[in-house]
Amino acid sequence: MKIAVCVKEVPDPGPNRRIDPGTLRMDRSGDRSLNAYDLNAVEEGIRLRDAAGDGEVVLVSLGASKALDSIRKGLAMGADRAVLVSDEAAVGSDLVATSYVLAKALEAESPDLVLFGQQASDADGAVLWAAVADRLKMPVISQISELEVADGSITAKRQTEFGYDRIRTSLPAVLAVADSLNEPRYPSLKGIMGAKKKPQDVKSLADVGVDAARAGEAGSRTTVISLSPPESRGGNQKIEDDGNAAQQILDFLVERKLV
Amino acid sequence: MSTLVFLEHHGSSIQKGSLGVLSKAVSLDPDTSAVLIGSGVAPLAEQAGRYGAKQVFVADSESLEAPLPQPRVDVISRLVADKGFGNVLFAASVLGTDIAGGVSARLDAGLNWDLNDLAMDGGALVGKRSALGDTIRADVGWSSEPRLGLIRAGSFDPVESGGSASVEEISADLEDFSTKAVMVDQAHEEQTGPSIEDAEILVTGGRGLGSPEAFSLMEDLASALGGAVASTRAVVDSGWYPYPTQVGQTGKVVSPKLYIGCGVSGAIQHKVGMQTSQVIVSINKDPNAPIFDFSDLGVVGDLQTIVPKLTELVKERRGS
Repeated sequence: MKIAVCVKEVPDPGPNRRIDPGTLRMDRSGDRSLNAYDLNAVEEGIRLRDAAGDGEVVLVSLGASKALDSIRKGLAMGADRAVLVSDEAAVGSDLVATSYVLAKALEAESPDLVLFGQQASDADGAVLWAAVADRLKMPVISQISELEVADGSITAKRQTEFGYDRIRTSLPAVLAVADSLNEPRYPSLKGIMGAKKKPQDVKSLADVGVDAARAGEAGSRTTVISLSPPESRGGNQKIEDDGNAAQQILDFLVERKLV
Repeated sequence: MSTLVFLEHHGSSIQKGSLGVLSKAVSLDPDTSAVLIGSGVAPLAEQAGRYGAKQVFVADSESLEAPLPQPRVDVISRLVADKGFGNVLFAASVLGTDIAGGVSARLDAGLNWDLNDLAMDGGALVGKRSALGDTIRADVGWSSEPRLGLIRAGSFDPVESGGSASVEEISADLEDFSTKAVMVDQAHEEQTGPSIEDAEILVTGGRGLGSPEAFSLMEDLASALGGAVASTRAVVDSGWYPYPTQVGQTGKVVSPKLYIGCGVSGAIQHKVGMQTSQVIVSINKDPNAPIFDFSDLGVVGDLQTIVPKLTELVKERRGS
């Protein structure tokens, strides 16, 4: 079984993330890592490949060329190779442009399964899989918390606002997995060492057959108009437990008459 | 300009979130229509009229019974292409989100998501959202029509305006790939015990608890504080705690006086269900957990040692 896992490099979560006020884009110059939610998709890809006994797991991404540093974590976990579409003309791609570029890169791979994590931690988006599935003309199931593969079909359990659905589809298909589906493995030292030697193809837009007019800002249909500071949520104190945190929490609650 | 709102229904009622988006759309654009898609949904059109839709398009077919996104992408995309709507709006839900993503690709139409407000600026729609764990607010727009918007749950309340809509039936021509996913077993409303929505104090356990047994720590603290125990999707999916206690997009929306999150990372799906809590306290081992961005008091530390101590201190305090 050939499994493509779509992954993304994101700025590390935490207070240092910022949007560049000049470009109105995410500042990607600081510390970065693989989107944590993608690790569940990588893990599931590896498990499905191993259970099938053959096939491969290909990581597919769109990003800066240095994103390979983050993507290598997926290779260290056990994915077989990576394809990164990286092109100056793709910078600033929105959903329309990103889904188009990714779909073109995925078409070239003809996978049986395309896996996504449950969201991107930088943009809070949870819409890419549905857009990619539409472009690939494949069925899609999202929010998967349990997955069974048998005889060329997938049965998935997933949570909605009303409880749990069970949905079945034939392959090929696009699946988005919830972070509850599995516990991503930590890469072993051997895996980390071996990751560097695994194939890592960096492709241009032309390499995947995308006209530059359909990527980046030219291919995007949404804009950021302006940025402003949020309404304050008040306190926002953060403390580290030095053995006295329980007392500090109690004092905080008493002060606000909550105890 | 004209606007279309997708109305999600469950059983014989339209979802409150969808009606809220409809009400907001009507307030911005009097030329607002709605679309209902399902099996046996025609009777719901009257309800849409009462919330201000000028016209309701109804695709009513057995092939549309299961609440799956792709057949709805087919119906909505064709409708939007035929009628030339300038704006197409969805209330965020599992279904609405997947439909919006599909329509965006099908029509090459820009989609802005996680919007918590909409406005008109010189005749152009502007979306408002917060980003980076609510550390910044952004005004977002579209560079072409149709403009697709996905609205965060609970952003707008439904307002009855007492109108009545004209109804137009539309056909359900589905793409081959849109019918490949089939519903084997559809979710039913689960029985709920005492509702966490009514509790003034909620102690919420997340995956950082490490095991279902650790929920006893949550129960002890909740009982000491006179509150209830809530949970996250990750722990419910893992079978650690029952679904009716789940807070978030696919669970309950709560706004207690005090929310204490223990081992809760604060993923967006959870946050939308608890961000209106009056006071938020969180305990998490990971100093980068997103929940710290919107906590009044964030404690970086081990909940396994902090929570039992806190329970004892609360008991002492309340006993005295």
